[in-house]
Amino acid sequence: MKTATFRIWRGDAKGGEFRDYTTEVSEGMVVLDAVNQIQATQANDLACRWNCKAGKCGSCSAEVNGMPKLMCMTRMSELPLDRPITVEPMKAFPVLKDLITDVSWNFRVKKKIKKFKPRPPDALDGTWRMQQQDIDRVQEFRKCIECFLCQDVCHVLRDHQMHEQFIGPRFLIYVAALEMHPLDTENRIDELRNTQGIGYCNITKCCTKVCPENIEITDNGIIPLKERVVDDFYDPLGWIWKRLKKMLNR
Amino acid sequence: MSDYETHEHDVLVIGAGGAGLRAAIEASAAGVSVGLVCKSLLGKAHTVMAEGGIAAALANVDERDNWKVHFADTMRGGQYVNNWRMAELHAKEAPDRVRDLEAWGAVFDRTKDGRILQRNFGGHKYPRLAHVGDRTGLEMIRTLQDHGIHQGIDVYMEHTILSLLKDGDRVVGAFGYERERGRFKIFRAKAIVLATGGIGRAYKITSNSWEYTGDGHSLAYDAGAELIDMEFVQFHPTGMVWPPSVSGILVTEGVRGDGGILTNKDGRRFMFDDIPASYKAQTADNEEEGWRYCQGDKNARRPPELLTRDHISRCIVREIKEGRGSPHGGVFLDISWIKQKLPNSAEYIKRKLPSMYHQFKQLADIDITEQAMEVGPTTHYIMGGVRVDPDTQISRLPGLFAAGECAAGINGANRLGGNSLSDLLVFGKRAGEFAAKFAKKNSLGKIDNDKIDITAREALAPFERAGNENPYQVQHDLQEIMQHSVGIVRNENEMKPVLERLKEFRDRANGVRVSGNREFNPGWHTALDLKNLLTVAEAITCAALERKESRGAQFREDYPNRDDALGSGGLGSARVSRAGDGVLAIADFSWAFDAQLVWHETTLQIQRKFVAARRRNHHARRVRYPGISR
Ligand code: SF4
Ligand code: SF4
Ligand code: FES
Repeated sequence: MKTATFRIWRGDAKGGEFRDYTTEVSEGMVVLDAVNQIQATQANDLACRWNCKAGKCGSCSAEVNGMPKLMCMTRMSELPLDRPITVEPMKAFPVLKDLITDVSWNFRVKKKIKKFKPRPPDALDGTWRMQQQDIDRVQEFRKCIECFLCQDVCHVLRDHQMHEQFIGPRFLIYVAALEMHPLDTENRIDELRNTQGIGYCNITKCCTKVCPENIEITDNGIIPLKERVVDDFYDPLGWIWKRLKKMLNR
Repeated sequence: MSDYETHEHDVLVIGAGGAGLRAAIEASAAGVSVGLVCKSLLGKAHTVMAEGGIAAALANVDERDNWKVHFADTMRGGQYVNNWRMAELHAKEAPDRVRDLEAWGAVFDRTKDGRILQRNFGGHKYPRLAHVGDRTGLEMIRTLQDHGIHQGIDVYMEHTILSLLKDGDRVVGAFGYERERGRFKIFRAKAIVLATGGIGRAYKITSNSWEYTGDGHSLAYDAGAELIDMEFVQFHPTGMVWPPSVSGILVTEGVRGDGGILTNKDGRRFMFDDIPASYKAQTADNEEEGWRYCQGDKNARRPPELLTRDHISRCIVREIKEGRGSPHGGVFLDISWIKQKLPNSAEYIKRKLPSMYHQFKQLADIDITEQAMEVGPTTHYIMGGVRVDPDTQISRLPGLFAAGECAAGINGANRLGGNSLSDLLVFGKRAGEFAAKFAKKNSLGKIDNDKIDITAREALAPFERAGNENPYQVQHDLQEIMQHSVGIVRNENEMKPVLERLKEFRDRANGVRVSGNREFNPGWHTALDLKNLLTVAEAITCAALERKESRGAQFREDYPNRDDALGSGGLGSARVSRAGDGVLAIADFSWAFDAQLVWHETTLQIQRKFVAARRRNHHARRVRYPGISR
């Protein structure tokens, strides 16, 4: 049987170190399998999150050989086995224990974003009509599994720790999904500029590169939002017109 | 003396998947304070894994559909041991529950005229599943989550409940721990809704995550509620079988709804060889007709790949046993063949089944637009659970409600695909509504500190033991034996010894030792979950032994036929409950509610409703619905 050595970060908020574990590798194995195997046989108290094992829940985010990844979707066959594979927690969030970080900030940020507010139903039975082509984009954003890997790589959060000023790519596309929802009548543009810090994004596209759902975060989400912000700010007449249109829609 | 952090709520919901979230939303909308406990982070529950869709007779795609047809499909699929009243409420209310989601921002795929699109699924006569590609569960949980966070619900993420607290007969709270620091907490509540999901971790090959250890089943049982239908464990016919590390991961039924076919190693579509009599009239008898059905031809009948899950799983097992399986011990599921029919088939498949395409590409190096998948049955769902009143979802214990997978009744002996998400919505809402009503009529109960101290001491014992039993190993061994002896094909000779073995497992579980400290320690969590797993394993095995017939998900080699005395028309569920210390009792097979249902005086209104429902229930056995196709 082939074996591999894993160099896993063990520790908590006070500090920690990498520790080596050697484990058997079977065909088709992913990093999460190895971590679970190590947990079951050598380190029962090794903390990690996972649920679906199929890239659908966004629980198992970590940095594998320095790359932000879903452990359950990272196959061992993609990694060189001749040297230890490092596994460590995401860096943009405070460590709780081992591979687990405190991601509660994300949940707090989401709560502050104005909720969906639909126009009155289109039909007498209380339902709406939407065309598929009008919702394709929104559906793309709604694929998000909230793994927060994009948050992890965004330099505004990771390096500059501007969690108070900037909501990060995950929540920019969350806002985008609401703003582009054909039924929504809310306006979220002012806070995008003022409190949510869209201006801090300088379109490096690092977020898009790591997104396991292949969402075009920057091109399809952030850039169109930036355009809306600019329009509203520099084009007051257009702004009034759009507000009016929204009101008429209501 | 206990001195633990205490939280007080009118309604406490345990579990934050579809049912729990829906219950919490409904209760808080009724103006009571709500606490929501989840074992993982919010939005990660198993509901996100649901792929196919939400079954609801919206009749957007086929105007012949209505609640009666959905009701009949559900009863037929469940082999008539469903609680008919639940099946009725479910079929009637599912369309409105789907519309709620749209009003809260869900974005379903659309029909040409802009309405919610519906797809074909096993056992459903007409295209009925509202869906978003093959990630409907994610859409549903995210919609509920994003709506719920603005409702003022207090969410306790990464908390696990160890026991329910009682004041006399009434359930008045819960005791558990938060994972991060390992500290114990007391939750006091006027009403509690269990929505903890399934038991998949009792089996080796499963689509379920680590969380699904039968917590709600076991909490309810320990508190004195009844479990029914526990023998009915659904093995989803199509889980991945290769590579080994992903075995058990679900392959949506949507693949078959969109034209996928099952073949054996000889390339034969073996599902045509065995079509049950009750489905003959509505199943295609040739490949051409089956394909036309998948393409929306209303005059065509369903292909046999869309028969019910229990039946398909057994056919697959037969093919494998008789040596006609695929190289890695499954059979082939092929959607790529449709390139013979559609010019742009690769695009079609990627659009209809994006996450399946992704999943196989990434985990198995297989391009499903070009190659067949290898699949085999995987433990997916339990039809059995807490016995509840169909209208209110209250158990026989005042103050204790249950909804979703951990409750029972709607699905009978076999659940149809798509009926789970609708079940979560319909009965999650009802549980939340009636729990709030109950809470408004009752005050907080007395908390039993002695019980709390005992639970806390037991929970910490694994840190102090001298032994070296590894909790993961015990879990693993239990999964092996359940998979092997109480799996898809059962008989008495294999199941009897399991009961003996389970006693040994109890001893082993009582001897596990965990290392490290209380802070986020998965070894400790696994040790604590063992108790629940053993309770459900025992309940499943006893119930499976007791049901001496084959019906739906229960297939007995020694009793291969259906025994009509044990079912039909809403009769026939084995009830499992605790009788005295450590003894598991099985009552007769009957849905009729009995005098054991003790009610708190202050709940008069609900009580009257309950009795009324009971009468209707008796009555129903003789009533047939005019106009329902059989
Ligand atoms: S594109 Fe913007 S949001 Fe994305 S990583 Fe770069 S700075 Fe952050
Ligand atoms: S946008 Fe992509 S990377 Fe970011 S949280 Fe969502 S799924 Fe993860
Ligand atoms: S475990 Fe769900 S995304 Fe990895």
